[in-house]
Amino acid sequence: MSSQYVYVTYIRTTPQKLWDALTTPEFQKQYWFNMPQESEWKVGASWKMLFEDGRVADAGEVLEIDPPRRLVLKWRNEFRPELKAEGYSRCVYDLEQDGDIMRLTVTHSIDKDGAKFIEAVSGGWPRILSSLKTLLEGGAPLPRTHPGPAK
Amino acid sequence: MDLVFKALADPSRRELLDRLHARNGQTLNELCEQMEMSRQAVTKHLALLEAANLVATQKEGREKHHFLNPVPINDIAERWIGKYERGRLKALSNLKKQLEREEP
Repeated sequence: MSSQYVYVTYIRTTPQKLWDALTTPEFQKQYWFNMPQESEWKVGASWKMLFEDGRVADAGEVLEIDPPRRLVLKWRNEFRPELKAEGYSRCVYDLEQDGDIMRLTVTHSIDKDGAKFIEAVSGGWPRILSSLKTLLEGGAPLPRTHPGPAK
Repeated sequence: MDLVFKALADPSRRELLDRLHARNGQTLNELCEQMEMSRQAVTKHLALLEAANLVATQKEGREKHHFLNPVPINDIAERWIGKYERGRLKALSNLKKQLEREEP
């Protein structure tokens, strides 16, 4: 058995703009609690998400990459021991074009029932995706009403 | 957003969302077991929830799993609650400006 969450959002944008928003640090910081991601964005490359002060929050590896359609990351929390102990999760981004709208599906799963890690990220994803949508559609991200992940 | 409010306006559909919140990823059969209504009715409610993007589905072999998708609910919070919060902050900041303008 496993724990899994699926998030779907529809964004009025182009495949390339959405892809760039997901894979460009300057873009990521604007909708992701000011946290950039570091990677060479190719299969087997390491992947890291950093706090504003440069500490590693989460880390893993690029498992699949097919711009601008699909990105699969191996993903583990690195700053909370009880979450780190649950091991690697898998995060899949699927981008589908439907006219002038993009359908973005994020599937985040881990091979463990009732995983605390999946619980922990489930509060963040809707905010991140709403902010991404607002940013891409209007040019400005949502006001920062959430402190981000507990450090 | 009309679709989301319409979908949330029905108690059976809210119950389906609550059941998915309690246990995400259930199949139609699992959801039908606990609901006191026909399979067709549950299917219809799920279709409306999916159209409103409140439920996301994934096929795994012959099974279709249903997931609560909280993204539109967050959009409502940002659109309405966030907006009212900003109004209150603006009122406070206006009050502060007024008070500080007064000569002692």
